[in-house]
Amino acid sequence: MTTMRDRFADVTGRLLDDDPRVALVLADISADRFREAAAAHPDRVLNVGIREQLMVSVAGGLALTGLRPVVHTFASFLVERAFEQIKLDLNHQDAAAVLVSANGSYDWPEGGRTHQAPGDVALLDTLPDWTVHVPGHPDEAETLLRHAVAGDGRAYVRLSEQRNTAARPITPGRFLTLRQGSAGAAVVVAVGPMLDLVLAAVEGLDITVLYAATVRPFDGAALRAALGDRADVVLVEPYLAGTSAHQVDEALAHLPHRVLGLGVARPELRRYGTMADHLAAHGLDPRSLRARLAAFLDTSAGVPSLAG
Amino acid sequence: MTLTSDSRSPDCGLGYQDLPHLMGLMTGDEKHGPAATSTLDALWVLYDRVLRVTPQTAEDPERDRFLLSKGHGPMAYYAVLTAKGFLDPALLPGFGAFDSPLGHHPDRVLLPGVEIGSGSLGHGLPLAVGTTLGLRAQGLTDSRVWVLTGDAELDEGSNHEAIAYAGAVGLDALHTVVIDNSSATHGWTGGIAARFAGEGWSAVTVDGRDHEALYEAFTTPHPGRPHAVVAVVEPKR
Repeated sequence: MTTMRDRFADVTGRLLDDDPRVALVLADISADRFREAAAAHPDRVLNVGIREQLMVSVAGGLALTGLRPVVHTFASFLVERAFEQIKLDLNHQDAAAVLVSANGSYDWPEGGRTHQAPGDVALLDTLPDWTVHVPGHPDEAETLLRHAVAGDGRAYVRLSEQRNTAARPITPGRFLTLRQGSAGAAVVVAVGPMLDLVLAAVEGLDITVLYAATVRPFDGAALRAALGDRADVVLVEPYLAGTSAHQVDEALAHLPHRVLGLGVARPELRRYGTMADHLAAHGLDPRSLRARLAAFLDTSAGVPSLAG
Repeated sequence: MTLTSDSRSPDCGLGYQDLPHLMGLMTGDEKHGPAATSTLDALWVLYDRVLRVTPQTAEDPERDRFLLSKGHGPMAYYAVLTAKGFLDPALLPGFGAFDSPLGHHPDRVLLPGVEIGSGSLGHGLPLAVGTTLGLRAQGLTDSRVWVLTGDAELDEGSNHEAIAYAGAVGLDALHTVVIDNSSATHGWTGGIAARFAGEGWSAVTVDGRDHEALYEAFTTPHPGRPHAVVAVVEPKR
């Protein structure tokens, strides 16, 4: 099955062919996927070796000369290890790049904590002017990547090994209403690859589901429009739980509201295993999600448990 | 347009002898210790005789780039930029004030002719590597990139990522000036130039106060290799 990372390699190869402004900066990770592109564009496909600080700084320098750099490695090394380079060599220089990560959260559970960065989006939230895309399917990854590269701003595209069965007709920067509940329904915002789990969890319940493949900017207008009589909002994010809670508070500052932020738990989970094991450990499998939704919405008496 | 040696900064009536006065407009004192002037001679020789960039070509894609990595103590830098017409002398007394563009660390967004904002150490050389690669990718092979660091700044590991990579790929449009005032807490066993030479750079060490020696070191040919000039000045302490 094609992964988002496979699609990223294909699309970026084509973007390099089509647009002389585009450059790709790597730090060994995924370099094997770009051999042909590197042969075709040796001056614009730059693998600096295992040097992530340099990778981000090089992107800043490329941008200062007018190029549009795409920068890629695992999220732990792209956002966490090189964070000051993002802050100073991109933001502070008024330079822009498209950062494309892989394996952000529990995507490679056998790899352990050193290869997990569930705080990546929260870290980028400390800086101004970052668009953050969290595709839930390879087709969405292509749409969002092309959109990001065609622009001039700072963008983070968070690719995952986790994916939904079907791509949705997303518009970059906008939430999509997938399920409209009654006027008394709570709203669940499902981010990227969490969508299938959320849809399974809310089966048969009166709940509105918004789908977010772009979380920054946060589509507060769509959230406000989705609310009925009840301002209860549940976020289900594939990274640190509650990362977008402040965005919900900002969007709903004018009215009393409640927010439940679900996602990767903060305590370090010293376990290996599979992605399914980790989703369950974080309470993000459909059964756990349904129970946590019910508890938050205080409708547990009327919520039938999922079959199976 | 093609920038030639005639594209260096024009004589706008201010010279090397005016730099202490210009610095004094910022510091309130025309006498400056070695720390404040450690970069002064290297900066002057670069802007006066080497760099092909003027206030008129400060946005030209083909200009030479100078990146001040060692952003601490930028009075000498501002004074040279003023003497060469990039900055208005009237700005200097506002140094560090809320409504002044002249900070104690420079900000490229606020100042014409300033290629990077700096202050946190170890960012200029890696940015210069990217700038050099960007110029090469666009065929701007006549543009040269210069970066100025301090010897203590080389403590930052990010520099060593840049030094090793630039040497390995032979970025010959890249030049580094290291102002060595012996301020690195643990020193550099074997010397700073050896660190660059060991990674494949062309590297020379000169008296950082001797203008002719600096000029000769700055203009030494170094085909296929990046070039480092270690400019030794009085110890900081």
